[in-house]
Formats: sequence, C-alpha cells, structure tokens
Amino acid sequence: MSMQNDGGGAHLRVRRYSGSARVNHWIVAISFVLLLLSGLSLFHPSLYWLSGLFGGGATVRWLHPWIGVVLVVGFIGLFLRFFSQNLPERTDWVWLARIRHVLKGDEEYLPEIGKYNAGQKFVFWSQAILVAVLFITGLGLWEPGLAWIEKTFAFKATIDQLRIAALIHASAAVLAITIWIVHVYAAIWVRGTFSAMTRGFVTGGWGWRHHRKWLRKEVGEGQQSRVTPAE
Amino acid sequence: MFPAIPNPTTEKSAARFGEKDMIRRSASTITPPAKRQTEVAKLIDVSKCIGCKACQTACLEWNQLTEDVGVNVGVYENPHDLTANSWTLMRYSEYENPESGNLEWLIRKDGCMHCEDPGCLKACPAPGAIVQYSNGIVDFIHENCIGCGYCIKGCPFNIPRISKADHKAYKCSLCSDRVAVGQGPACQKACPTQAIVFGTKDEMKAWAAKRVADLKSRGFDKAGLYDPPGVQGTHVMYVLHHADKPQLYAGLAENPRISPIVEAWKGVGKYAGLALIGLTAAAGVIHHLLQGPNRVTPEDEENAEKLAEGKS
Repeated sequence: MSMQNDGGGAHLRVRRYSGSARVNHWIVAISFVLLLLSGLSLFHPSLYWLSGLFGGGATVRWLHPWIGVVLVVGFIGLFLRFFSQNLPERTDWVWLARIRHVLKGDEEYLPEIGKYNAGQKFVFWSQAILVAVLFITGLGLWEPGLAWIEKTFAFKATIDQLRIAALIHASAAVLAITIWIVHVYAAIWVRGTFSAMTRGFVTGGWGWRHHRKWLRKEVGEGQQSRVTPAE
Repeated sequence: MFPAIPNPTTEKSAARFGEKDMIRRSASTITPPAKRQTEVAKLIDVSKCIGCKACQTACLEWNQLTEDVGVNVGVYENPHDLTANSWTLMRYSEYENPESGNLEWLIRKDGCMHCEDPGCLKACPAPGAIVQYSNGIVDFIHENCIGCGYCIKGCPFNIPRISKADHKAYKCSLCSDRVAVGQGPACQKACPTQAIVFGTKDEMKAWAAKRVADLKSRGFDKAGLYDPPGVQGTHVMYVLHHADKPQLYAGLAENPRISPIVEAWKGVGKYAGLALIGLTAAAGVIHHLLQGPNRVTPEDEENAEKLAEGKS
C-alpha cells in the first residue's frame, strides 16, 4: 500500500498548515484535554480520581480556570486564522444533504470541497460559540474571575445567576466534549489527516479525495513552495 | 424556663457520634447506619432575642475564630454579612406592623439551618467534604474541601463562605464537637435569655409549641414554628411571631428548597452528560467498525499528480 499517514514519501505533498498554525492548534488541543480531564473530575463523583492527575481537587479548583484562560487566548488565534475559510457557502448545504454519502466515505457523490467541509465548519463555529459561553460562565464560577467582573461591571451576581452559570458551564462543556470527539474521530477515520497538524502537509491524493477545490487552488495558484512534487 | 443542659463531667468520654453515623457523604455512596440517632435541633426563639450578639461572640470564642475589625456604616449588623469566620450573624429588621401600629425590632440569628435535605452536600463535588450525621448535623470536613464554592450554589439559605486565607468553605457546625460530648452549641450556652435552646428535635418542637401558644395569647396570632418542609425540615428552627411572613426577618426564605437549577445540574445533568459523551464515543467506534477507514487510494494520488503536472 503506497498510502502513508505521515504525508511524506513518494507522493505529491501539499502544505496545509503553517508551523505557527500548528503550534497554535496544539496549545489549544493540550489545554482542551487538560480542561476536559480537570473539569470532568468535578463533574461526576466517579471521575473525581482524575483530579489526582493534577495533584488533587484543590489544585484543580485553581488550575482549571487558568488553563481556560490559555485556551481562550489560543482559540482566539485559531479563530482569526481560520474563520474566513469557515464562512458558509452553498456547497455546504449540498454536503449536509448528502451526509449519508459522507458517512459511507462515498465522496464521488459530494461536491468539490474547499479547505473545509460543512462538518469541519460546524466544529469550528460550534466550538467558537461554546468556548465563549464556557469562558463567560467560567468567570462567574471562578472566585478571582467573579470578583473581577463584579468590579469591572459594578454589579453583584445573585446566587441564582451563579447556579445558572454552573448549569450552562457544565452543559456547554458536555457539548464541547462531544464535538471534540467528532473532531478527533474524523481525523482518525479519514486516514492521512493527522500529518496536516503534525508535519503541516497532506498528500496530493488526500487533497484530491477530500478537498479537491482546495487542492486545485493550491496547485493552480502556482505556489510551488506549498506543493512538493513526487520524487 | 427550658431546663439548662448540665455542665459536662471532667471524665473523658467517647464521642457520641462519628463517621459510622454518617447518613450522607458528599460525592460518595455510603451505607447509612441501620439505626438512626435521635435527631437534635437548635431552636431560636426570635421573640425572646434581645440582639446582644453573645451568640456571635461565643461562636468565635469556641471555634477559635477572629473576625476582622469592620467599618461602621450605620447598621446594627456587625460584621455586615456572614464570613468564613463569622458562622452566625444577628440580622436586624425594623418592621412597622400595620395592624398594631407598633414598630417591631425583628432580630434573627442567621447561620446554617442544618437541612434534612442539604443542598450544599448535594452540590459538593469533593468526596467527604460535606457529611450529614444521623442526628441531623451537616458538617464540613475541611481536609476534604477543595474550595470550589459549589456549596454556596447548593445552599437555599446563602450560608457557606469561602475563606480568603485557606480557600476552604466554612459555616456553622452546630458545634458538632460539643454535641459529641453531650453539650449544646456554644451560642446556646451563651444566650442570656434562652432565646436559643438545644435538645432533641422532638423536644424542640414541643417547646416551640408552648412558645407559639404563649405568643398567640399575646396577640401574635400568626406566630409559628419555622421548620421548612421544602428541605424536609431543618435542625435549626425558628419561633417567629409572624410565621406567615418569614421574609420580614431579613429576607428569611419563604419556602426554601434546593434550587431546581442545582437539581438539574447535580441530578439528571451529570448522568445525561456522561451518557451523551459515552454515546458519541461509542458511535465513533461503531462507525469505524462498520465502515472501516476512509483511505486515500493510489488513483487519488495519481489524479493529484496529474493535476499538479497539468497546472505547473
């Protein structure tokens, strides 16, 4: 089998992510996983043992919000980098209407896709909204964060507002985790995807199969530096 | 007069309740003891309170707490609110009774109510940080507390406070250490008018009934016992002259119960959340098993190469 997951080898290699985009992505990814583990430890008693990974519940209590701050800053970076290519277009609706073919991997029935398909755009926009919701509600659940908003906006949060914040924070976190599972699964299922975020390259065949419109653009613009020919 | 609790002996005695008497433990499943201890209760007779704050002082004294020197803003409350050190606080309300035309000074000793259905315990994510003993005392076990403040969200009475010093939650323990050796709480011991009495819950209800009858005979026909059923009763109860209007007493909750938001968050929410996460992961595994990987074919690679050659 000539298919290679690392994107290297004898195939045409196409640049998908710059080094800084990859570093940015992995800062967000690592903070997301740390937030997931520390957050789940306080979500359900059966997962409290996860707090041991961080040095106990009291450490989770102060560390989780700071990791959240790191994620928010990182996510703003990803958002600014990627949002223009995640704007909805007409082909997204066709893609969604043909979701059965997507799940079967029958991509010949799908329109040519640009850099992102409708599923990836859904992940992008839903996580953007959820990160914002988690950040705002998280501030309310974080003692220094709450003190800061109360001082900045000159109000005193009621306990009922904080209860609502806790409920929304937990619900948004559950949704973010499910969407994250979809994101990771898609990268596993669609072989050859990981190299985009590790080495920054995918094979030409990967681009042809999954993002042909994007591949045409990359090749067509004559950006030779971005396309490495087969040996 | 309610018979005073005799002074303790100087003999060493075993604690009357302990870990084996826990009926609830936060974020844990425990087997409650087969036999429940007699439920205790503290009864605060608001109509007998003179607002002297001896109870506040006794609480600080017994629990070895020191309150910060405060600022006088022209109110009777001192400190201005419950704090991590002040586990009890006299709250003063001036009420002009429209029926009698009298100005009534309603003074309520605020603090943990030791709910039979404790919202703090249900909200707590740290195993064993909040426990409920079979005698009804709800206690914070500080070595297990992580300082997250969920108990504040769970409490229907706005009682727990997080310490700025050690980031742990504090509230009235009903002097569980004193009750364990047969004594009443420090506040009860210090109260000069017997506005605070302590005993079994049944004794307290019986005593309250006498007090209510007395108050009714004096024209307070709405006098009554505050033992709110929304939290399945409390182990700190009030005798109120206006039991029909508890909010007159510095906003005492009319019908306290664990907030439905907290119930949704800590009840069905945590199971539904884990189920949704689990189902999504399972869907991925099943899809992969049925569908197999989505691989790039050699033809895809050739097509891409042709495209690149044609264009460059």
